[in-house]
Amino acid sequence: MDSSPIDSSSSSSTLSSPTSSPHSAAHDNQSRTLTLSQLEQCKVEERVFEIYRIFSDAPAHTQTLMVELWRDKHIEFLTRGFNQLGPSYHVLDANRPWLCYWILHSRALLSESIDTELENNTIDFLSRCKDKNGGYGGGPGQLPHLATTYAAVNTLVTLGSDAALLSINREELHSFLLRMKDSCGAFRMHTAGEIDVRACYTAISVASILNILDLELVTGLGDYILRCQTYEGGIAGEPGSEAHGGYTFCGLATMILINEVDKLDLSSLIDWVAFRQGVECGFQGRTNKLVDGCYSFWQGGSLFIIQRLLSIAHHQIKSSPISLKHLSVDGNADSASFTGRKPDRSPYQIHDFDGEEAGKISAIGLEFIKITNEGPLFHSIALQQYILLCSQVLEGGFRDKPGKQRDHYHSCYCLSGLSVCQYSFSKTADSPPLPNAVLGLYSNLLEPIHPLYNVVLEKYYKVQALL
Amino acid sequence: MSSEEDDEWVPFSRRSEWSDVKPVPQDDGPHPVVPIAYADDFRETMDYFRAVYFSDERSRRALDLTSEAIAMNPGNYTIWHFRRLVLESLHADLNDELKFINSVASKNSKNYQIWHHKRWLAEKLGPEAAEKELEFTKNILSIDAKNYHAWSHRQWVLEALGGWENELDYCNELLEDDIYNNSAWNQRYFVITRSPLLGGLQAMRESEVSYTVGAILSNPENESPWRYLRGLHKDDPDLLAHNKQVSGVCLQVLSAKHDVVFALSLLLDLLRHGFQPSLEFCGVVDALRSVSPELSSDPASLAGSICSILETVDPLRSNYWAWRRSHLP
Ligand SMILES: [Zn+2]
Repeated sequence: MDSSPIDSSSSSSTLSSPTSSPHSAAHDNQSRTLTLSQLEQCKVEERVFEIYRIFSDAPAHTQTLMVELWRDKHIEFLTRGFNQLGPSYHVLDANRPWLCYWILHSRALLSESIDTELENNTIDFLSRCKDKNGGYGGGPGQLPHLATTYAAVNTLVTLGSDAALLSINREELHSFLLRMKDSCGAFRMHTAGEIDVRACYTAISVASILNILDLELVTGLGDYILRCQTYEGGIAGEPGSEAHGGYTFCGLATMILINEVDKLDLSSLIDWVAFRQGVECGFQGRTNKLVDGCYSFWQGGSLFIIQRLLSIAHHQIKSSPISLKHLSVDGNADSASFTGRKPDRSPYQIHDFDGEEAGKISAIGLEFIKITNEGPLFHSIALQQYILLCSQVLEGGFRDKPGKQRDHYHSCYCLSGLSVCQYSFSKTADSPPLPNAVLGLYSNLLEPIHPLYNVVLEKYYKVQALL
Repeated sequence: MSSEEDDEWVPFSRRSEWSDVKPVPQDDGPHPVVPIAYADDFRETMDYFRAVYFSDERSRRALDLTSEAIAMNPGNYTIWHFRRLVLESLHADLNDELKFINSVASKNSKNYQIWHHKRWLAEKLGPEAAEKELEFTKNILSIDAKNYHAWSHRQWVLEALGGWENELDYCNELLEDDIYNNSAWNQRYFVITRSPLLGGLQAMRESEVSYTVGAILSNPENESPWRYLRGLHKDDPDLLAHNKQVSGVCLQVLSAKHDVVFALSLLLDLLRHGFQPSLEFCGVVDALRSVSPELSSDPASLAGSICSILETVDPLRSNYWAWRRSHLP
């Protein structure tokens, strides 16, 4: 290993140079012909390690500057996009509620409030994206779509005012979600659209945060997600596909929100996600793929969630291998419905509802966040280093990796991942972290999020109080 | 489409066949947020698209219009959805549609809409489409061997339309090119567990374990075959713990190099599932002792020691290994 990914002299750094890593092997094999995966990996490592070398050679005060979060620059980049986007953004013309969410959630993470005029404009714009029969489309007049519905609802939650929240017609929305529900238990993105785990998550997240989640929406869904957990441990977009960070977050969060997370094989899921953090200090999305800043949230956020589920994971490990056999990979697991609990079910559910209480499944979001966080399962400081040194763009915004362009999507998920890191040691959800949990100056600290929905925690409490 | 050869784009307002249609501007409101400074051709095409979409005009010219609009933004799912309605109403030639979608897909291979459209079309065309679809995804994968959508589509084609005959060979080919291609490993797992021609996981297990062990020994630092090896025993972890080839490859790799994280990690899982270290195993235990002198051959404390070693040799995951150590069964 010729370059240390983490500077051991940095005061807040705890990691010394890894002596063994999955990818460093590429360097040992120079004499042999490298495969394409190895070549691409080497190129990225070279680039990232050069940045870390400069960082570790720099004097302490320069290091502090290098890992500073450029708040003003980020707000400037975000606000500019919110007010006007150039012609090249026409490729995102069916994703405008997403642009609203990426930008306003990023700003909220940076504690930047929004003025009344901009807030009213946002509510007005999203109401034009709303379909008369429920659900939000990618722009005015477009077909309602689950992903943009999630983005629109999270935007309105992030605005947080009564006007924003009351602009959502929950009854219509519920009927839209039901129309998107497929007989296999999963959801379609839009009328006659594709079925996948993303559709499932966006439907359930919206229903849960708005307190309209019910048995009809839940039926059969857990078994579908279970069929998407792969032999590697992570979750795929569809049964049979490859384990993937984005879908793993979506599948895991969905299973928690519908109170069926104990059906997943959690120990193999944890193992798979933990191994996605690489020598570059950031996360990759899939095995043997390249590091990418957005997975700071999808993968880091998944582990952050699991830090509140360890008692369920422990139970699974203790009773293995017998219980693992019930967690069939081919989707033959029992299809216990939400009310009809089988007597041998794990006692380690987040909430033990009885029949009459079943309608209160939306309360899981609140219960979940009260569970004690048992501390990070990933290297939080290393990940902060990747986000701040490799993904952060000095002119504002964040990117996938050095050499790539910044964009609003990566800005949103790098910042969300950074928040997850900073609060990963905090036992309770909203207690301020200790200074050594935050890489760089304490002024880098972002707002905490509710990791199941990825909205700022305070905004989540607001919507719960109102609805 | 008006005429593909023309370099000059002719505005709809100057096309005689559209003279009866009133374009519908986007209802962005007086103070839109995230407004896009659309180029004129984009704005006008979308204005005419809205006109036919809102009036539900299922005509030949509407179909041509969707082709133009899709070329400008293939991510607009509303246009695709409307196009399918028009195609159905017109009973359009689906082979023409196949040519159209394949040309769009070749240029935009990472977009949900085009692959959903391909699936819709292939479903209508039926089993006769299987060969062409497999060929098409093969071409996309020859450019980007890890294209997630292409792999999902390929799996769907195999299950819905068939064409399994050469799939294992195809996986072999891709893995020969790049043994680190995890998508190809995943496809291999898909084939051996689901192909109706191979007899399923149990029938394939022995030969697959041998293949995987070979892959590990040639590249012990490649995570993919290590995960695949576990996957081959997913239905029966006891079998994993008692498969001599599995414990054998751990020993062989660790004898050559004591700090291979994937080998140590698999060993930990073997112990968890009841693996009893043999005499042969003790030789390697001796080597591990140099790292951590307190090791013993008692499986319970051996597992604890392996966690401790992993905390040292894999510092990026020291939190994870500490957690594993604190919850050994
Ligand atoms: Zn990314």
